[in-house]
Amino acid sequence: MQTVFSIAIDALAYGMVLFVISIGLSVTMGLMRVVNLAHGAFAMIGGYIASYAVRDLGLAYGFAVLLAVFATIIIAIPVERLLYRRIYGAPELTQVLMTIGITFCVIGIANYVFGPTLKTIPLPEHLRGPIDLGFRSIAAHKLFAIGCGAAVALGLWYLIERTSFGVKLRASVDNASMAAALGVRTQVVYAASFAIAVGLAAFGGVVGAELLPIEPYYALRYMVTFLVVVSVGGAGSIPGALLACLLLGGIDTTGRYLMPEYGEFFFYLAVIVIVSFFPRGLLGKAN
Amino acid sequence: MKKIIISMVAAITMCSAATADTIKIGVVGPFSGPFALQGKNFKAGIDAYIATHGAGKIGDNDIEIVYRDVPQADPAQSKALAQELVVKEGVQYLAGFYFTPDAMAVTPLLEQANVPLVVMNAATSAIITKSPLIIRTSFTTWQTSAPMAKVAKERGISKVITVVSDYGPGVDAENAFKTTFGAEGGTVVESIRMPLATNDFSPIMQRVKDSGAEAVFAFLPSGPTTLGFVKAYNENGLKQAGVQFLAPGDLTQESDLPALGDPAVGILTTFHYAVSHDSAENKAFVQAASKAIGNPAELSFPSVGAYDGMHVIYKMIEATGGTQDAQKAVDAVKGLAWESPRGPVQIDAQTRHITQNIYLREVAKHEDGTFYNKEIKTFEKQGDPGLAAVK
Repeated sequence: MQTVFSIAIDALAYGMVLFVISIGLSVTMGLMRVVNLAHGAFAMIGGYIASYAVRDLGLAYGFAVLLAVFATIIIAIPVERLLYRRIYGAPELTQVLMTIGITFCVIGIANYVFGPTLKTIPLPEHLRGPIDLGFRSIAAHKLFAIGCGAAVALGLWYLIERTSFGVKLRASVDNASMAAALGVRTQVVYAASFAIAVGLAAFGGVVGAELLPIEPYYALRYMVTFLVVVSVGGAGSIPGALLACLLLGGIDTTGRYLMPEYGEFFFYLAVIVIVSFFPRGLLGKAN
Repeated sequence: MKKIIISMVAAITMCSAATADTIKIGVVGPFSGPFALQGKNFKAGIDAYIATHGAGKIGDNDIEIVYRDVPQADPAQSKALAQELVVKEGVQYLAGFYFTPDAMAVTPLLEQANVPLVVMNAATSAIITKSPLIIRTSFTTWQTSAPMAKVAKERGISKVITVVSDYGPGVDAENAFKTTFGAEGGTVVESIRMPLATNDFSPIMQRVKDSGAEAVFAFLPSGPTTLGFVKAYNENGLKQAGVQFLAPGDLTQESDLPALGDPAVGILTTFHYAVSHDSAENKAFVQAASKAIGNPAELSFPSVGAYDGMHVIYKMIEATGGTQDAQKAVDAVKGLAWESPRGPVQIDAQTRHITQNIYLREVAKHEDGTFYNKEIKTFEKQGDPGLAAVK
């Protein structure tokens, strides 16, 4: 029984970290219909900024997180205006080529500016070290990540389903010209949701940095995992992404605990099974 | 027309004049991509040697290094580049090679090309047996892992769990530890092989805990995975529970230490080189190599393999007087002994692998808050026990 709890808590923590990092990609791919392979690059930029803020500027962790999110958005604005705007509605291949190109540029720049070594984001005192849960101990920052994941899921759901911005966003996605005809400024809506997606990427990069450390190849290394989460959950669906993360986190953790020699076999087996039964992802909408 | 012929003749004479006394050395390594740091260390070691030994001249001969980049393990590309170096650039020596598959891929070329190969890193025992023209100045995973089993036994540890990444060097480390620890009378209670792409190590740590072992012997490729692994080791309370962390020194290479930080303090590793090694040779080396690499914090073990590799190549060039004779060159350095920055070393006359001291080190913290590998014990004149397993 203790083993079951133990696996469950690890799975929850891992799934939530996956969720926080991947949800921004789900937004760009599902709501904006852009296959954004540079998502990991934005997460990495956020991580580098937070690392620099805490280690070199001596800022508090909370400020560093905010700074990372907003600074990454500011960096992303010109990129959106100059590059992404050309590929909205373009064929997938064009989008993939453009965004992978951006990724390689970011890797090169990060390597040049910050060097090839690992960068850590020092945690504040109360997030360090293990917390005793009675039946086992768990790292405090993992509980923090679980909380962040829940907050992000709730906030995003509210924003998209319950606010007028959410209505405009959904209208622009479903029929851009009709929405524009009705007076929705689609360019602004797109820019705002792109900023949100990038901000979420940066936030995920910082919160997940304990599990996925920041280094120049971060941008590519974890991209497959992010894409898997989005395709299993259904692009654009927040509950879908959450479900996918918890499910995949659970399968991966259980597999790794009970049968590590099978490696990622169970993870990808689950992905194949889910995608063949739900080609649009678990909660993806039909076009 | 006349002009063209004259310029062609001029070009040819200039070329031949240049090749007559320039000896080219082709170095293959990861100079871009995720492993660029290791390639940078190759370059730093080579530059440091050249800077401190006659600024690129041996007698009348000029030395020229030609670098070729293989960003990650890619045998086909490695072979193609080595071929190009031999045929087009006319290199007399091949050197470098960070990954085993890359080194393996070029071994069939050596005899025909009449070119010796100096392996500056690739650490699988079998490489050296593939051709009589190979010399290795780095280490093997067997060589650095086996002494750890003795350390474990000496410290009264009898039950160990091994956790390695599931790839060549990981499996090598597991076998080396298991074999030696078994011979010492210890028990390996469980052996876990994890996929290379593992991000979350908590479940593994839980298993380590449940196994009831007194120590965990680990091997992972240096970089992000190692960081995650060490963190998980602390956060899951293994350190508090007194489960000792043992590993070969790849895990705590100096360029990763600032990121590993406090959680790494107390980890025991066995390895052939620590940047902190206390000797006059090493001080001079660290100074020259730090200058070459730019940022001293990036200096780690591949630089010393490259530095000593250059030493061997220089001795080979001296012995052959600059003429191309691979066998004579290799024969000349068999048994060659010298004082390396890592301590006394010798090229074993039979195996052509480097015999060297292996040090037991503990990650420790300087007063100024930086971390280093503190050498606490020396295993003198270690050969490569892995060769016995190959044969």
